[in-house]
Amino acid sequence: MEGSAIRLEGLRKSFGETAAVAGVDLEIRDGEFFSMLGPSGSGKTTVLRLIAGFETPTEGRIELAGQEVTGLAPFERDVHTVFQDYALFPHMTVEQNVAYALKVRKVPKAERLVRARKALAEVRLEGYGKRRPAQLSGGQRQRVALARALVGRPRVLLLDEPLGALDLKLREQMQVELKALQREVGITFVFVTHDQEEALTMSDRIAVFQQGRIEQVGTPAEIYERPATSFVASFVGTSNLLTGESAQRVVGAPGTYSVRPEKIRVLKESATADEPEHATATGTVAEVVYLGDSTRFLVDLDAGGRLTALQQNLETSAEDVAAYRGTRVRLQWHRRHTVQVPDAAR
Amino acid sequence: MTVVAQTAGRRPEGVVRRLAGFLHRRPRLRLALLLTAPLLWLAVLYLGSLTVLFVSAFWTTNSFTSEVVKVWSTDNFQALFTTPVYRQVILRSVGVALAVTALCAVIAFPVAFYTARVARPRWRPLLVVAILTPLWASYLVKVYAWRLILSQGGLADWMLEPFGIGGPGFGLPAAVLTLTYLWLPYMILPVHTALGQLPAHLLDASADLGARPGRTFRSVVVPMVLPSLAAGSIFTFSLSLGDYITVQIVGGKTQLIGNLVYSNIELNLPMAAALGTVPVVVIVLYLLAMRRTGALSSL
Repeated sequence: MEGSAIRLEGLRKSFGETAAVAGVDLEIRDGEFFSMLGPSGSGKTTVLRLIAGFETPTEGRIELAGQEVTGLAPFERDVHTVFQDYALFPHMTVEQNVAYALKVRKVPKAERLVRARKALAEVRLEGYGKRRPAQLSGGQRQRVALARALVGRPRVLLLDEPLGALDLKLREQMQVELKALQREVGITFVFVTHDQEEALTMSDRIAVFQQGRIEQVGTPAEIYERPATSFVASFVGTSNLLTGESAQRVVGAPGTYSVRPEKIRVLKESATADEPEHATATGTVAEVVYLGDSTRFLVDLDAGGRLTALQQNLETSAEDVAAYRGTRVRLQWHRRHTVQVPDAAR
Repeated sequence: MTVVAQTAGRRPEGVVRRLAGFLHRRPRLRLALLLTAPLLWLAVLYLGSLTVLFVSAFWTTNSFTSEVVKVWSTDNFQALFTTPVYRQVILRSVGVALAVTALCAVIAFPVAFYTARVARPRWRPLLVVAILTPLWASYLVKVYAWRLILSQGGLADWMLEPFGIGGPGFGLPAAVLTLTYLWLPYMILPVHTALGQLPAHLLDASADLGARPGRTFRSVVVPMVLPSLAAGSIFTFSLSLGDYITVQIVGGKTQLIGNLVYSNIELNLPMAAALGTVPVVVIVLYLLAMRRTGALSSL
């Protein structure tokens, strides 16, 4: 895990007037599963394209494994990309697609075939070599794209929202497989996604992007438990911020605070906060959203503002929770789950 | 059709609406109304005249009066294969058609690449219009323009003089050149469309996997544009094979199948018909060959 696979310094990319990437410094370690998370238009995909070499930066440096590659063409960089819509060559068979990187490097035909078959086996697609991409399902195409990018054993694999087009079940399955594959091959993965859950489940570290800048870099736990900015707090997980007046009254100090919904318990208003380490707030249930395994309560606080609380449906049914709508409740959580968000100004 | 009392589920009826409804329930009648006229045209005029052409090729003529004698014989077709002049002209015509097609392909590709991928997007439609404008001018005007260009002391001579060579003059090369100019738009257009539809991310993917531009061109661009090149070649090939006016104007003494048909039509109509079937057969064979490339589905 030593050494850096990618280092970005002062990276900027402007398209005409708009700056898609507005100053990014980042170091991605060797062998890491690194996610770039952000809403669409936050610059994460542009950063990926800059690393791949499809775009040239307006300013800044890109290093791959300690060597500057800023001005190099894509075919001069030891990175391969898995594209969002796979970008398989429709006129080639699956095998030819996978072997393409080897053919380009003039690997002998026999060896090409062996390695292509092995790569297809890695993504569990043995026996599909002679088919055309059009004859495969979305999930299978996804795997072919993965095999094609991995067969040349690049130093870094870039993945541009590769699971975006798959349905939920398949996506969850591929998340697990991708992570396992990454451990197996030991290649640095840089994964672009707008899905916070995907980033949290798969990554060693995450960079949260907004408006062409990085808001926070950290492990999934750091990002989730200790959001550095209110944007991170609201983008990763459900927005649950206490600000201004309500912060003063609930927390007892001015500032911006974040409390994760699943940390909050919903109690009867009459229940008392018996333990000193518990924070508490009373309010009225404005909305109840039944989610099957859990229920989301939207509570308007007496102190002002609104908090969302997530409760497991351990003993409650849909009818039980629906009855909460409009009732008075007391919210209670452990004080250590009240996280101050540094940038109250933003 | 039963007339039902108006209910809430039914719109009030007018004559046109009732007719439309009537037709809606009778798909066969609809199809018949739609296709009868064009099918009559195709079957009677087009296929009919082709049949007459083919049948009359088996007749003979009275060599004194040049009148057609309706006696069955395969002499005309035998003559096609045994008379050296006919054989030569047929081979030359196919050769010209192939040469024109090849030249069109070679010229069309870079032009289409520019109009479809390099030029700024808002200029692209204008460039396509510019490529198509020669088609608005009369065929004869363009061919005579080329006659002027290629004539002795004309533009071609004048431009090539500094290099110590003259223009091609009138003859076979001039005919190929002029035909290439005439049919070029028919080749550029399908290639332009195919290149425009070529997904950019496929080119990115190729470069990403280590391919230099030359390799990407050979392994990704050409194979994906090939069907449209074949589609364009169907136009350039068949139009060249059927042409005889261009050859008359700029071809010098060169003769192609069309010229032979033209010169035989008064004296020996059955022979002209036999000659006329040659390009039809060649083009059918060419279409069959092109079908294998997927060109017909990209027309």
